[in-house]
Amino acid sequence: MGNRTIIPFGPQHPVLPEPIHLDLVLDDETVVEAIPSIGYIHRGLEKLVEKKDYLQYTYVAERICGICSFMHGMGYCMSVESIMGVEIPERAAFLRTMWAELSRLQSHFLWMGLLADAFGFESLFMHAWRVRERILDIFEQTTGGRVIFSVCDIGGVRKDANAQALDKILSVMDTLEAETKELTQVFLNDSSVKHRTCGLGMLSGQDAIALGAVGPMARASGVDLDMRKLGYAAYGKLSFEPVVETAGDCYARTAVRIREIFQSIDLIRQCVRLMPEGDVIVKVKGNPDGEYFTRLEQPRGEVIYYSKANGTKFLDRVRVRTPTFANIPALLETLKGCTLADVPVLILTIDPCISCTER
Amino acid sequence: MAQQIINTILPDALLAQTQQLKNDGYRLAAISCTSKDDLELTYSFDKDYDLMSLRLHVTPDDAVESISGIYAFAFLYENEIRELFGAKIINISLDFNDNLYKTTVKTPFGVKKKEANDGE
Repeated sequence: MGNRTIIPFGPQHPVLPEPIHLDLVLDDETVVEAIPSIGYIHRGLEKLVEKKDYLQYTYVAERICGICSFMHGMGYCMSVESIMGVEIPERAAFLRTMWAELSRLQSHFLWMGLLADAFGFESLFMHAWRVRERILDIFEQTTGGRVIFSVCDIGGVRKDANAQALDKILSVMDTLEAETKELTQVFLNDSSVKHRTCGLGMLSGQDAIALGAVGPMARASGVDLDMRKLGYAAYGKLSFEPVVETAGDCYARTAVRIREIFQSIDLIRQCVRLMPEGDVIVKVKGNPDGEYFTRLEQPRGEVIYYSKANGTKFLDRVRVRTPTFANIPALLETLKGCTLADVPVLILTIDPCISCTER
Repeated sequence: MAQQIINTILPDALLAQTQQLKNDGYRLAAISCTSKDDLELTYSFDKDYDLMSLRLHVTPDDAVESISGIYAFAFLYENEIRELFGAKIINISLDFNDNLYKTTVKTPFGVKKKEANDGE
């Protein structure tokens, strides 16, 4: 038996921008246990619902995370709309779906860059982020923002996209598709990348279910779970199937996200093609009274928005169960047995968002 | 359209009902807590995209058995709820003893606030 040591991993770490905090119990270089703690960026955003009325809280919800900001706003709006029985215009549902898929794209490209950075492939990191800029440009042109969009509102969306903007999006999707094919060649076929991802962080389908994994983490282990199949927003009118891999290692999680990029490009094209004309928002009157669980598929997996209202303009409760929170137990399990040098890459393949997790 | 069902139960029935849901193939999706006059704990389970929730009402002094013996990963939800709301959840498989949240303000947050109010 070697020397057993405990190494604090994060919240500040040279490789990981996310302030995850784990205490790693090591036997020589091998991880035998990982113990999480949170609180480094806990902001009490759920508690803030007591101070901000249900309309103002939309702005708070989208500040839970800078990457999933649109989908946080959308999830919160959907939960309140469900309580109030508000049916948003069909065009708004398509616009929400389009922006949600653009969010998935920019999140997955961001993640690809971070993964490349984690295993020391600097040029690949820069290439992935260069491609990502094209999506942020679309956001800026259609919403006015690159990180926080403030475009989702209870009753629909605040901004429309004209025909010219939609044509531009289609044109960017063509470019993006070609560039992603080039990136895919490296991420999935390069021997140095495969050396760092194949066979690492194995999670069986059975364990993924037993540990409550969601999103690409679960789908890379063969679990066919994708909340978009609920048909919320315009997803019920679009044709797609969840991307599933079966190997359950870091390579499989990479492959799921890369295949989801092509899927998102296809969904965006479908949205633009099927988007009807019409209003993008309906006026909402009164205050919500009741409760509802809304579930969405964020880039990192299933997010649950629970809202409880009491008939006043202040809600009793907003609770957000984020995908990273759900994936932490599975991460802790997959870390067991890996070497210290592989920890950053393995953590990155769950695509952690600690800002979401700690709220 | 997926269903959403909330069943209110007594705290004593939590473990048996949770075990039954697990036997029926349900996945634990979330545990939530709402603090109003009392603590409202809601355990949400998913099967084929339908959501089934078990709800119980307790005071901060009532002990609630952990379901981490049935769903191992529930430990994270239960430790968090204990620290954010002061719910007395006992027998958690991995018990952080109010050290999951490493903040300068000592957890559990809910209980501290109540004590401060009582002192006024």
